[in-house]
Amino acid sequence: MIAVLPQQLVLGLLIGGLYGLAAAGLSLVFGVLKVLNVAHGELIMLGGYGAFWLFALAGVDPFASLALVIPATTVLGAVLYWALFGWVVRYQEETRIKNSLLIGFGLALALHALAVRLWTADERSITTRYAGSAVEIAGLTVPLVRLASLAVALALIAALHLLLTRWRWGRAIRAAADDWEAALLTGIDVRRAYLLAFALGTSLAGAAGVLVSVGYSISPSIGLEWTLKALIVIVLAGLGSTFGTFAGGLVLGVAEAVSATVFGGPYREVVGLVIFFVVLVARPQGLFAR
Amino acid sequence: MPEHALLEVEGVAASYGPFLALSDVTLSLRAGEIVALLGSNGAGKSTLIRCISGLLRPRAGDIRWEGASLSGVPAHAIVERGIAVVPEGRRLFPSMTVEEHLDLGAFAPHARAERARRLDEVHAIFPVLRERRKQLVRSLSGGQQQMVAIGRALMAAPRLLILDEPSLGLAPRVVESILGVLGEINGRGVSILLVEQNVHAALGLAHRAYILESGRVAGEGTGRELLDDPHVRRAYLGPLAARS
Repeated sequence: MIAVLPQQLVLGLLIGGLYGLAAAGLSLVFGVLKVLNVAHGELIMLGGYGAFWLFALAGVDPFASLALVIPATTVLGAVLYWALFGWVVRYQEETRIKNSLLIGFGLALALHALAVRLWTADERSITTRYAGSAVEIAGLTVPLVRLASLAVALALIAALHLLLTRWRWGRAIRAAADDWEAALLTGIDVRRAYLLAFALGTSLAGAAGVLVSVGYSISPSIGLEWTLKALIVIVLAGLGSTFGTFAGGLVLGVAEAVSATVFGGPYREVVGLVIFFVVLVARPQGLFAR
Repeated sequence: MPEHALLEVEGVAASYGPFLALSDVTLSLRAGEIVALLGSNGAGKSTLIRCISGLLRPRAGDIRWEGASLSGVPAHAIVERGIAVVPEGRRLFPSMTVEEHLDLGAFAPHARAERARRLDEVHAIFPVLRERRKQLVRSLSGGQQQMVAIGRALMAAPRLLILDEPSLGLAPRVVESILGVLGEINGRGVSILLVEQNVHAALGLAHRAYILESGRVAGEGTGRELLDDPHVRRAYLGPLAARS
């Protein structure tokens, strides 16, 4: 058992990067719009099928397909905001969360049904020519594709950080997250900042989906699982720090690996829920308190 | 005197749900003036400012800026037209540095164009903001935070600066210096609408003042007139002042 632990830790870190990326998008949307999009996992699933389609139909390398999936999911996010979530942000924060939960569940069901229709309920993954390659580091096997995915995830997190700190509208998004009324009084079109944040969050989900489809596998029903992972990471890491969210993802990945090794495979998922519970008990002021 | 005032508030009524906070408020402000808005808690001062800044839609009446109605103009666009607000409680962005606040202050396109010159001006008025520019605002003192709030509003290149209780929670010495700065800002051609609990200081600074009581204008006049008015002295300056 102990002998396999180091190897499991490596794999945990690798998937943890994707947990972090998945959570970063959800955290951005929740932190800025105070809207909880429980269909975030379905958006990840759609991104994954985007890459799967591009690979199967046009032979596009999954990593290269990021260049198409990211812009496409950005547009998808803008459309979803315009059609659905933009209506919710008119209300007070309490109401926003409740209403967005309903919209999110509905959207999740719709996207799940759409995916079954388009791609069947089968599990898929992208098998590239380099899929089986791995590097040996200190006696540990590191799958190349998953290592590359972790690097891409980290690069996207860094890009998000730069956007939010250097870009004019990125700062506007942070201002709207801190205090939307004060942002309005500063001359910021808060609705537009919301739209941009939602589109950015959706594009992060799309990118995460691509990485999931290449290193792991996708099916129409993975959405809920990824939404849950993202929520657990947010509970762990809190809102407001991009790199903190990523680190939270790595922690969850490692915790799952330890749990699976020590208690057995079926207990991989339990540790996340235990973390959820412990944080709730330890921080009664609320799940998402800063 | 120009043919119409810079800001005209005419017959404005506003409510939060069933609670009527303003009923039929009429007042005006001419270019270059400092006008104080006085009144006890709950008199409707902050509500009026929320109406002028576009955060709250009046139920009746009209607010005109340079003769054009602001009805239906969103809050962020009102900033672009030249009205900047320093909100009650400062309302700074906790995750941001001093520098980021001032940069965001110049978010509107016209303000963006003259950002560098504006920044020099703000740094000239509040030199400490240059020294502290990399610091998060929560590490600043209350007075310095108020300077950031005023600086952020000035970066928007306003022609009217509205301040809601800028002295709230500050030490008397700090209040004096903050209010002193308002005279300097007015000297640079910015009109000022000042909501202030510190009636004596406000009346000393303002050219004119309005008194708001239970959602309506209960009096107006020059600072001197109001300081000499027995009712004002009794209601806002305390029994000692009324006797003296």
